[in-house]
Amino acid sequence: MKRFEPYAFLSDYASRWDVLAFIVVIGLIVFLGETSRGLFAPLTQLELTPLSLDPKHLPEYAARTTFRMLAALTLSLAFTLTYATWAAKSERAGRLLVPILDILQSVPILGFISVTVVFFMSLAPGRVLGAEFAAIFAIFTSQAWNMAFSFYQSLRTIPTELSEAAESFRLSPWMRFWQLEVPFGMPALIWNMMMSMSGGWFFVVASESISVGHTTVALPGVGSYIALAIAQKNLVAISWAIATMLIVILLYDQLLFRPLVAWVDRFRVESEPGMRVPESWALTMMRRSRLIQAATVAFHAGVLWTSRAVQRSDAPESDASAAPKRSLDLLWVLLIIGAVVLGLWHIVLVLIKNTPLREALQVCGLATLTMLRVFILIALASVIWVPIGVWVGMRPRAAQLVQPVAQFMAAFPANLLFPIAVYGIVRWKLNPDVWLSPLMILGTQWYILFNVIAGASSIPAEMRYAAANFGVNGWLWWRKVALPAILPFYVTGAITASGGSWNAAIVAELATWGDTQIQARGLGSYIAEATTAGDFHRIVLGIGTMSLFVVIINRLFWRPLYYHAERKYRLT
Amino acid sequence: MNDCPLLQCTDVRKAFPKPDGAELLVLEGMNLELREGQIVGLLGRSGSGKSTLLRLIAGLAEPSAGDVRYLGKPIAGPAPGIAMVFQSFALFPWLTVFENVALGLEAQRMPRAEIRKRSLAAIDLIGLDGFESAYPRELSGGMRQRVGFARALVVHPNILLMDEPFSALDVLTAETLRTDFLDLWAEGRMPIKGVILVTHNIEEAVLMCDRVLVFGSNPGRILSEIKVSLPQPRNRLDPSFRELVERIYVEMTARPTGPAAGRHERFPGSGIGSELPHVSSNLLAGLMEAVAAPPFNGKADLPEIGSNLQMEIDELFPVAETLQMLRFAELEGGDLKLTEDGLAFAHASLDERKRIFLRHLLNYVPLAAHIRRVLDERASHSARKSRFVDELEDFMSEEAAEKSLRAAVSWGRYAEAFAYDDENAMFSLENPT
Repeated sequence: MKRFEPYAFLSDYASRWDVLAFIVVIGLIVFLGETSRGLFAPLTQLELTPLSLDPKHLPEYAARTTFRMLAALTLSLAFTLTYATWAAKSERAGRLLVPILDILQSVPILGFISVTVVFFMSLAPGRVLGAEFAAIFAIFTSQAWNMAFSFYQSLRTIPTELSEAAESFRLSPWMRFWQLEVPFGMPALIWNMMMSMSGGWFFVVASESISVGHTTVALPGVGSYIALAIAQKNLVAISWAIATMLIVILLYDQLLFRPLVAWVDRFRVESEPGMRVPESWALTMMRRSRLIQAATVAFHAGVLWTSRAVQRSDAPESDASAAPKRSLDLLWVLLIIGAVVLGLWHIVLVLIKNTPLREALQVCGLATLTMLRVFILIALASVIWVPIGVWVGMRPRAAQLVQPVAQFMAAFPANLLFPIAVYGIVRWKLNPDVWLSPLMILGTQWYILFNVIAGASSIPAEMRYAAANFGVNGWLWWRKVALPAILPFYVTGAITASGGSWNAAIVAELATWGDTQIQARGLGSYIAEATTAGDFHRIVLGIGTMSLFVVIINRLFWRPLYYHAERKYRLT
Repeated sequence: MNDCPLLQCTDVRKAFPKPDGAELLVLEGMNLELREGQIVGLLGRSGSGKSTLLRLIAGLAEPSAGDVRYLGKPIAGPAPGIAMVFQSFALFPWLTVFENVALGLEAQRMPRAEIRKRSLAAIDLIGLDGFESAYPRELSGGMRQRVGFARALVVHPNILLMDEPFSALDVLTAETLRTDFLDLWAEGRMPIKGVILVTHNIEEAVLMCDRVLVFGSNPGRILSEIKVSLPQPRNRLDPSFRELVERIYVEMTARPTGPAAGRHERFPGSGIGSELPHVSSNLLAGLMEAVAAPPFNGKADLPEIGSNLQMEIDELFPVAETLQMLRFAELEGGDLKLTEDGLAFAHASLDERKRIFLRHLLNYVPLAAHIRRVLDERASHSARKSRFVDELEDFMSEEAAEKSLRAAVSWGRYAEAFAYDDENAMFSLENPT
């Protein structure tokens, strides 16, 4: 079982570069929000094709939703190959680019969709295209960062001898990139793409139907369909949408990712034959199809052709003399200082100046509430899923059955299920502060489950025999054998679940059913409310605070825990 | 024959900058000449800089000073006429055997047909016929290294560099590959004109090379040059072969003489500034027992005990030298002779062994003595690890300091000289409760 390694590349808890990165990122968001505010007007004049709740439109909607996913994935891939490469190849750039990526990962972009919608609509005024861009951008932001991270990490860990072989056979940089670096990074990249997709469905559903101020932008798709169904209190339509989504994700998995995972197995460097070669009927089919074969051959030829076409400088890289290098360094430092000053300028001038202290304190209080919710939910989910995960993981049969289901559940956009829960809360007049909370973890708890299953199934048989042999049973067995063995896996799952829950808070803490609106007090509902009101200061303030909280919790809690677990409990 | 040597290194020096601004010297005063038709061996232990020298020749790194010339021209970057075979094979797992072999020609933008012809010829020559479409993971280690050879030979290099090419293979496979290589070389069927072989296997060096350069460590330098004029194919059991092996052992265990001696000796034993090798107490005890027992009875010939215990010099030497540092044995003329205490240790019970070891540890390992003294002096009888790391870093790199401390911890624990809590990175005198 492969694992998603959130922090394998950064070992320090926080550095000044993180602070700089934070300022730059938040500054950029404030700037975007500010500029978009002026462009708000054209949006109101926009009219979109009305949606229909007739299930016969669902295939078309599903196709359009899927298309958005694919477009975002392509963009993310392009971003990954450029940004990560830049960060890895230039030490100078990497020092800032990597922390920026880390901060971006913590920004709850879901709350920011309203701002980006306005921004992108201004690029293509009066067209649906702008809203499409915004939706694709939102999905992109849910996928790109961890993909870029994984590729960056791969680039930094290319085995020395492979890299020396490439150099001594004098591969051009272009050829080196396509023949060594990209293939080497491929397995991790595909795995992260899959993880990203899981998050992506959530975002695509949330970003298709966006209300900003008095305007609702609804792009044809499953997400808008469900939004309309909520507005019309149509439970039947919601069930149709859920069924459609199930099928779409299943197809995506079978037709895209399973073949990719099976195919990418070839790119693994560790030369020992793997425990189990991933299989995919779709890949087998494609490999046997002449058409696809011809296409792959053509692609290979293309790659080789480009490496011939791209100029190679035969002269060895001369050491740039010290002087220009130093002035480049200086230029870079100046650039960073400029970006930081601009970022600070925007944060201070727009955000802090317009925020009364009382409001700031109130937002912090709300963030603490949401934080409490996230932690309690993670704890609850752990109490439920850790024992189940261990039980399943120890039984290979059960694991084989449950593992794909857990991964599938993680991919399923939980926000589709929200209306059902909201319907229940309204119906039985439950306390929303309590009963809306579970929605935050509805989609993300599965990360805990499938990581624990992976951990439990990786406990060596000999260790289990030893425990049995010495009569280690009951609670002692859990304390001394099972829990320590799965801890590194559990922490990985909990980190992912926690990050996802913060994001989900924005859609979970404020829910509607028809014209009834229920709300749980917290930062998520604050941002959601600000979005509905089109109040950009409060949106940005909310997002900034949430990012800050997430970053701090990551640095002070999850990351130390992760290192501790990796160091002490990792079974090698 | 051409008068210009294939390759010439003059006064080559290589140092890496350390974070504190000082530099770590890995190679010094390196002179080497490779002429047509020769196989030159670079023999030494890990850390003797032989692989670094190979990388300088391959153009993968640049010397800090001195001059590396290929056919009379200074080397700047990987030269077209020099190809390399790697220890870990370094094949691209996503390319087939054929594609791996063709890659070097592809990089030269040779016409497609020519690439095909030459790659197939190289695959054929090296005995990989029929494996063209296999992926490296489907091959055994020996077959993989054959791909490594084919990939290097296909570019028709003048010089073939081999970086411990057989050390990742099992004994039988390695021997087959060596023999096949020597056959091809003797028959002149390979396009290469000269070979440089890096190895830490003395017998391999004597078996394959025309000249062997013996490397010493700290910093890497050439201790001596030994000509091997035995005719090929050579027989390992031939007395003159054994004699050469013995001679190299003697060279490698000789105490350094001359101006370099005091500065460069691996275990000067003078202060806490000397780097400690991480050798487990089990290995130390094991070797002492082996030397004390018949047929050695306290004095063992290194090649003999090496082959007896199936240890390569890379494994055997650090243990032997640690015994010497601890004054449990003396190392001279290719022999390892136990001291009185060494013999006593070999015959003692577990508790007695610990007492003897403790005495030698505190007397002859200044770092261990220093740690113990600090702990004794303090009222709390405890000290942070970072305190000692800082002290050591005045003398060595951070990595070396960590390594030395790890060695001190493991010996200190065995001798019960002090306790160490890794979780909190604390030394103490207490035993764990």
